[in-house]
Amino acid sequence: MNQSLLTRERRLGMYRKMLLCRMFEDRVNSLFLQGRMPGTIHQAQGQEASAVGVCEALQVGDMLTSTHRPHEHAVARGIPVKFLMAELFAKSTGCCHGKGGSMHMGDAELGMLPAIAIVGGGVPLAAGYALSFKYLKKPSVAACFFGDGAVNQGVFHETINMAAIWDLPVVFVCENNKYGASTVIDSVMKVKTVSARASAYGIPGKTVDGNDVFEVYRATLEAADRARTGQGPTLLELETYRFAGHSRSDPGHYRSKEEVAAWKKRDPIVRFETDALSSGLLTEPEIVDYRASVEAELNDAVAFAESSPSPFAEECLTDVYAE
Amino acid sequence: MSTPNNLIEKTEVEGRKLSIVEALREALQEEMRRDERVILLGEDIGIKGGFGGAFTVTLGLSEEFGSQRVLDTPISEAGFTGIAVGAALGGLRPVADVQYGDFLFLAMDQLANHAAKLRYMSGGKLKVPMVMRAPVGATTRGAQHGQSLESHFMHVPGLRVACPSNPYDAKGLLKTAIRMNDPVIFFEHKLLYGSKGSRKEAGGLELFGTVPREEYLLPFGQASRVRQGRDVTIVANLLMVHKSLLAAKTLAEQSIEAEVIDVRTLVPFDWETVFESVSRTGRLIIVHEDTLTGGWGAEVAARVADSCIGYLQGPIRRVTAPDTPVPFAPVMENFFVPSVEKIVNAVKEICQ
Repeated sequence: MNQSLLTRERRLGMYRKMLLCRMFEDRVNSLFLQGRMPGTIHQAQGQEASAVGVCEALQVGDMLTSTHRPHEHAVARGIPVKFLMAELFAKSTGCCHGKGGSMHMGDAELGMLPAIAIVGGGVPLAAGYALSFKYLKKPSVAACFFGDGAVNQGVFHETINMAAIWDLPVVFVCENNKYGASTVIDSVMKVKTVSARASAYGIPGKTVDGNDVFEVYRATLEAADRARTGQGPTLLELETYRFAGHSRSDPGHYRSKEEVAAWKKRDPIVRFETDALSSGLLTEPEIVDYRASVEAELNDAVAFAESSPSPFAEECLTDVYAE
Repeated sequence: MSTPNNLIEKTEVEGRKLSIVEALREALQEEMRRDERVILLGEDIGIKGGFGGAFTVTLGLSEEFGSQRVLDTPISEAGFTGIAVGAALGGLRPVADVQYGDFLFLAMDQLANHAAKLRYMSGGKLKVPMVMRAPVGATTRGAQHGQSLESHFMHVPGLRVACPSNPYDAKGLLKTAIRMNDPVIFFEHKLLYGSKGSRKEAGGLELFGTVPREEYLLPFGQASRVRQGRDVTIVANLLMVHKSLLAAKTLAEQSIEAEVIDVRTLVPFDWETVFESVSRTGRLIIVHEDTLTGGWGAEVAARVADSCIGYLQGPIRRVTAPDTPVPFAPVMENFFVPSVEKIVNAVKEICQ
């Protein structure tokens, strides 16, 4: 996209968000390996352009839904990292008061539904939000992240079809990182692209470079504008790659070293920095400063999480019913 | 089977005689007039020239409220249930329905994993004010259109479960369900509907009940003692309330006075009323059309054994469907569904 349409501050803001996503994930990884947080984690290093490009195109009042791999989505949506970190530490100050954990992080008041960890399960929820926006005549849209693993779930088809026939203001965003756990997408999908399926629902579909934050931003903005102006849903496919395994227990032996290396060359953050250095948007010392500032923010988040109280055991019993 | 009309707590109610279908339709209509956020979703519920859902409950509502509020969906139970959950999160109060309760299994992920858990997962920040209506009961349609599914949903923390047996309760409970901030699974028995015309259910009861003209709500978690008795407590729901009342009539001729309790809602459950009754009668029979193993009767038996063991003068008995799919042949279906005779025999066994 023509980057000059975006202010310098906006472009640098997107850069810092991507850095925050990556360094959050790296910090979580090391804390997890030290045994300082319970559970499991599904990490998204490599997918920062997708998370940030989509979230930058959203507005206050829009609703984002996410998956079992939600950390970067939550960071990109702007939920303060200290509340995310506290949730991973299972503290009462976490964004879900310690009742969600890694796979359910989110805060609807800040524009992201607690993440849905059933593959494909969040797709109809996003459409339902979109239905409420349309019915209540709100100028908002719902954006729905899901992976390539979700596109063969029944609710994926059912929901996109309904969103299409009702012209719901929703953007369906497939982060195609090529693998559903260890299953390569080519072995479970006959068409070449996820976006090709859009034609089956009579809506636009588009495949974009998911590691180019500006391309992702432009495609999402276009789809969100379309949704916001009553023209219905779009199916976006962002081609990307996760550098880590599916979860903490996955060393990723099903992927060749060459494939991983090739994708690391397309690392969205390295790409941004290389382009920014050559265009003069950033200097080497500025990159160092950005990394230091993100590091400091994460240090604060970890300190906040570690010093926060645990929930009381008996809080297990609350929040089951509203009344 | 004749119509029992001895719902003792309703005798003082003044109003009109309505069927459950009419009572439910009135509840939807009143709530939709009262609150713009109430919308309906389902298959064949608002089609012009159609039949108002499988059992005519929504007949005429699309004419009054339009197709934006009475949304006819494709045959996509999982999808539209999830859309209802999302719409509820987004501030609406959707009432979705499946044509047959059996189809709830298609939507199970959306109900059990999302509707039921989002409030909890969010640390109490979210609410999911939606209702899922579902017809249940064996009516010679065989294994996939006749199950009674209450127990499955009673077992999912986060869901409310209602199962009214008469028009007065059906209307009052549905209105409450729509105003609740929790997801409610609302079970309706096909043989109690009183649908008319071509949608009339063969073998259905000619059940009409007095429903006040004035607005009223019924709280969840309050069972109804529909017959008083000193010798045995019978706890039942839906169609089985009516069969239990008929059994009680037969038993009275043999000098056994049965108390019959209609649970009305399973979640929350009115344990106090059941415990109080059992502590007086000393004997307990639970009757449900759901199959035996793991049915809601097992939970009632366990709780009563836990809380009232000192009062029990005989074993707790469950009269339920056997652990089989719902059969088709009427002769087998009649064996499958608990009969008045089986209830009478069970009572006599434990009263000896």
